[in-house]
Amino acid sequence: MAIARRRARSGAPALTNEDLVSFYKDMLLIRRFEEKAGQLYGMGLIAGFCHLYIGQEAVVVGMQAAIASEDSVITSYRDHGHMLACGMDPKGVMAELTGRSGGYSKGKGGSMHMFSREKRFFGGHGIVGAQVPLGTGLAFAHKYREDGGICVCYLGDGAINQGQVYESFNMASLWKLPVIYVIENNKYAMGTSIERASAGTELCRRGAAYDIPGKQVDGMDVLAVKAAGDAAVAQVRTGEGPFILEMKTYRYRGHSMSDPAKYRTKEEVAKMREQHDPIDKMSKKLIEDGVLNEEQLKNIDREVKAIVGEAADFAQTSPEPDPSELWTDVLMEA
Amino acid sequence: MPIQILMPALSPTMTEGKLARWLKGEGDQIRSGDVIAEIETDKATMEMEAVDEGTLGKILIAGGTDGVAVNTPIALLLSDGEDREALAGAMEGPLSKSAPVGAKAPQTPAQPAPAPAAGAASAPAEKVYAKTVRQTVREALRDAMAEEMRSDPDVFLMGEEVAQYQGAYKVSQGLLDEFGPKRVIDTPITEMGFAGLGTGAAYAGLKPIVEFMTFNFAMQAIDQIINSAAKTLYMGGGQLPVPIVFRGPNGAASRVAAQHSQCYASWYAHCPGLKVVAPYSAADAKGLLKAAIRDPNPVVMLENELLYGQSFEVPDDPDFIVPIGKAKIERSGGSVTITAFSRMVHVALEAAAALAKEGIEAEVINLRTIRPLDVDTIVESVKRTNRIVTLEEGWPFAGIGAEISAVVQERAFDWLDAPVTRVTGKDVPMPYAANLERLALPQVDEVVAAVKAVCYL
Repeated sequence: MAIARRRARSGAPALTNEDLVSFYKDMLLIRRFEEKAGQLYGMGLIAGFCHLYIGQEAVVVGMQAAIASEDSVITSYRDHGHMLACGMDPKGVMAELTGRSGGYSKGKGGSMHMFSREKRFFGGHGIVGAQVPLGTGLAFAHKYREDGGICVCYLGDGAINQGQVYESFNMASLWKLPVIYVIENNKYAMGTSIERASAGTELCRRGAAYDIPGKQVDGMDVLAVKAAGDAAVAQVRTGEGPFILEMKTYRYRGHSMSDPAKYRTKEEVAKMREQHDPIDKMSKKLIEDGVLNEEQLKNIDREVKAIVGEAADFAQTSPEPDPSELWTDVLMEA
Repeated sequence: MPIQILMPALSPTMTEGKLARWLKGEGDQIRSGDVIAEIETDKATMEMEAVDEGTLGKILIAGGTDGVAVNTPIALLLSDGEDREALAGAMEGPLSKSAPVGAKAPQTPAQPAPAPAAGAASAPAEKVYAKTVRQTVREALRDAMAEEMRSDPDVFLMGEEVAQYQGAYKVSQGLLDEFGPKRVIDTPITEMGFAGLGTGAAYAGLKPIVEFMTFNFAMQAIDQIINSAAKTLYMGGGQLPVPIVFRGPNGAASRVAAQHSQCYASWYAHCPGLKVVAPYSAADAKGLLKAAIRDPNPVVMLENELLYGQSFEVPDDPDFIVPIGKAKIERSGGSVTITAFSRMVHVALEAAAALAKEGIEAEVINLRTIRPLDVDTIVESVKRTNRIVTLEEGWPFAGIGAEISAVVQERAFDWLDAPVTRVTGKDVPMPYAANLERLALPQVDEVVAAVKAVCYL
């Protein structure tokens, strides 16, 4: 199973029970996928940098539900969740993490460098902030082609202090480009808290000098994200220029697998998990609203576990890339 | 003594210009700061302001005159109290001593004699075009972009001053008029931003031409060029081609000192995933730029400001193209091989002409493409001449000459009769002073000396 949550571009109809169930399922898939990735990392099957998305699932699932299949998506290196939410095959993503030929980049890109033209996912970028001009360029292409598409460009609270972000804001606003900058503010740029890194922590205001409207959103609540996403998408599609959404979110794990996360207390993390977890919140709602019963929830859990198990098996059995692959894909044949 | 008003140099590389029109007439009072005339350079029309005060006594060069050399007296200014009688002897005096000699740009190189056809060794077969037109490098670049933009709506040009200003160096002159602001886009001064934006547009399948006003400023954007453009095809397992051209003037212009005078050939050529071309002639410029725009890979095109105004014969054929990866033997000879690219090809040809007078026939290879380097052409030449001198404007350490040296010893070790010898820019930041700048750049006599050394003469 791959997630395929993007709708036709016909405004934002009221959410159905099926939508709520799919949000739950999608968030859970990302959670379980990431937990498995962490496990495989611990076993030495995944190496290098590996940035897990655990805790932030509501952001990408809510946003993806607000956009259409012809829209473009680009993000940084904490990208596994975005790929799954774009509908990319979990097997291909996991096999890339293990560096196998069945991975999206044939094992040559790894965790931070995967792309799918088909799903209009343009990476996966390892240099903090570099995806922001790139995403602005994707939006430029939508406008150039007059195809009605928009770009959702994700960045973090660390990237927001890069100069090229403001270069992009300026051009996007100047040329009224159809781009939504989604700032995933998880409070820590690696080990540096936002208070220690940013003069002015209301990141939704960072576009003010460029006349870019911004909104702060509870990024731990998928319904809040979806509602804010719908409104931003509607505005950006009219051709009025970019929009900034600041998603207040939280990552439960370290910055990368090698980060012991000693810059914050255990209590802080525990509090977020217990009181603000987006998946718990949704499962409670599903029960309370009578959409699903406990048994049905468990069935979804089982289904998701099976998908992730299959992906992990594939990622371990897919062969390593052929040595000849070392020399391919450097240049296209002219 | 009346003051001579001299034709000003209005840019670092200007050698002559058109005195478009006078805004003051003989007998008019002039105060310092008054605009007295309009001067057209090859890049722009500029106003000339008076420095001294007085009465415009005599106009020596009429409005509308073309090709007025820098420092030519164009008018005489009478100081207060001087009358017109004083004009009589004024032209006999020496040129104003205050004329800034150093501001004069290097002499426009004359076209070297073409390679002798007879006795030419096995130059690579290059399609011969019967009909040619004479064009400047500037015009050739513009035509290349215009032709490709006409044939492919996905091609667009963006950069600083490319549209309304008609190009900082007038390379994009006329393109805004023909293609409109959607496809000829003035950017803010924001190199990293627009290099990344262009790269993102290329991800989406458009074919941007990103102009850097000079490659010195592209250093701000090099992360996007290398990390986002050059590596993406490989990182994605071949999924995402990046068809983009980064182009602009590279290397030393004239008297603009260290931060504006640097050759980036070695920097970009170091990186897999990029193609790097460096044209010399107008034909190279047009043919390579067309090839670069059509290429599905990121291409860095290193031009040279001092060549923009130079004229060459360019094939007049809609299918003309210079394939990327093919060097050109500009001059055949059996005594020694000289490799060069961009403006240094001219220096190599001048050296070859000087050496010919002494009976030394140098073969001059215009590399045209730096990466992928046409190693075969170099190695075959060395197997005939047994000697090679590499010439480049950039620094010696890990430069293009160093690479050629390594390749030649790997592929033609047994044919070498002398060590591979490099002539390069000196290993210092570019100085400003005219004499020091000249010392820092490779000169004809250094090439001649290097050739004689490898010939043991």
